[in-house]
Amino acid sequence: MGTVDRALVRDVSAIALASGVVGISFGALAVAAGMPVWLALFMSVVVFAGGSQFVAVGVVAAGGSPVAAVFAGLLLNARHLPFGLAVADVVGRRWPTRLLGAHLMVDESVAFALAQPDPQRRRAAYWWCSGLLFVGWNLGVAVGSVAGSAVGDPATLGLDAAFPASLLALLLPGLLPPRKPPDAAPPVDGAGAEDKAARARRVALVGAVIALATTPLLPAGVPILLALLAVGVALR
Amino acid sequence: MTVYSILVLAAGTYAFRLAGPLLSDRLQVSARAQELMSLATIAMLSALVATATLTAQGGFAGWSRPAGVLVGALLAWRRLPFVAVVAAAALTAAGLRLAGVP
Repeated sequence: MGTVDRALVRDVSAIALASGVVGISFGALAVAAGMPVWLALFMSVVVFAGGSQFVAVGVVAAGGSPVAAVFAGLLLNARHLPFGLAVADVVGRRWPTRLLGAHLMVDESVAFALAQPDPQRRRAAYWWCSGLLFVGWNLGVAVGSVAGSAVGDPATLGLDAAFPASLLALLLPGLLPPRKPPDAAPPVDGAGAEDKAARARRVALVGAVIALATTPLLPAGVPILLALLAVGVALR
Repeated sequence: MTVYSILVLAAGTYAFRLAGPLLSDRLQVSARAQELMSLATIAMLSALVATATLTAQGGFAGWSRPAGVLVGALLAWRRLPFVAVVAAAALTAAGLRLAGVP
């Protein structure tokens, strides 16, 4: 394992740890909502999308029907389709890796892959992040569903801030103008890279505004999809 | 949640996840299309950042969380290590809550 990979694994481990603690709280919540331990763990392994799991269990716990729960969860997970287009090369063309890589696709691994400069590192980032998150999340759910009500709220630990902060840290380098080395000749593609960062910045800003403005009005997940309209800004 | 409804949610989610890689076989992935797809990802990830930072159940999430994310963002902008960014965001939010900030 090279030094680059070691830094990568360290970064990814931090996210996997945070996700494990959130998994603990999901396990506790699911059991408190009346799910047997095995079912909470089964759900986490086969769905493996934390947000939709919280939403689905929450809908049922609030007295909603299973159909409403599944629909809310699917709405939240529809974003994986456009994500999949963006990371298709990373997931690979061989069937076994593609079938596995698709199941392990999560926000964090997509963001980690996107933040890498070359295809080899994109692949390494995607697979390390997805793999460690899968282990961390499911271990957390196992612990939480057994520990049950002894588990506190992950917000006490500030972990609700860790998820958006980690995504933002991965996005930021692509949004900032490339750093100019002091007293170096301007690079040939300098202007191109700057244009690209400016375009990305506009898209990020407009996407965030669209999602924030529509969140109070629409079911969870839809505002994230509507943010895709921001790409139209880059086309103008 | 019943086993059946969990299986439906799992199958639907997996279909969304697999559709992207499958569709990309049929699309001519030009450099232009590749750039648009990465812009689409940026749009959705920043939408996730914005909503996960500021909102909870469709309303305002309270001040602790955005304050934590802001501290993390400042450290990321100063190019501090990723682990420090994530830890600082969590510690700030946790500290503010301990002090009674919602």
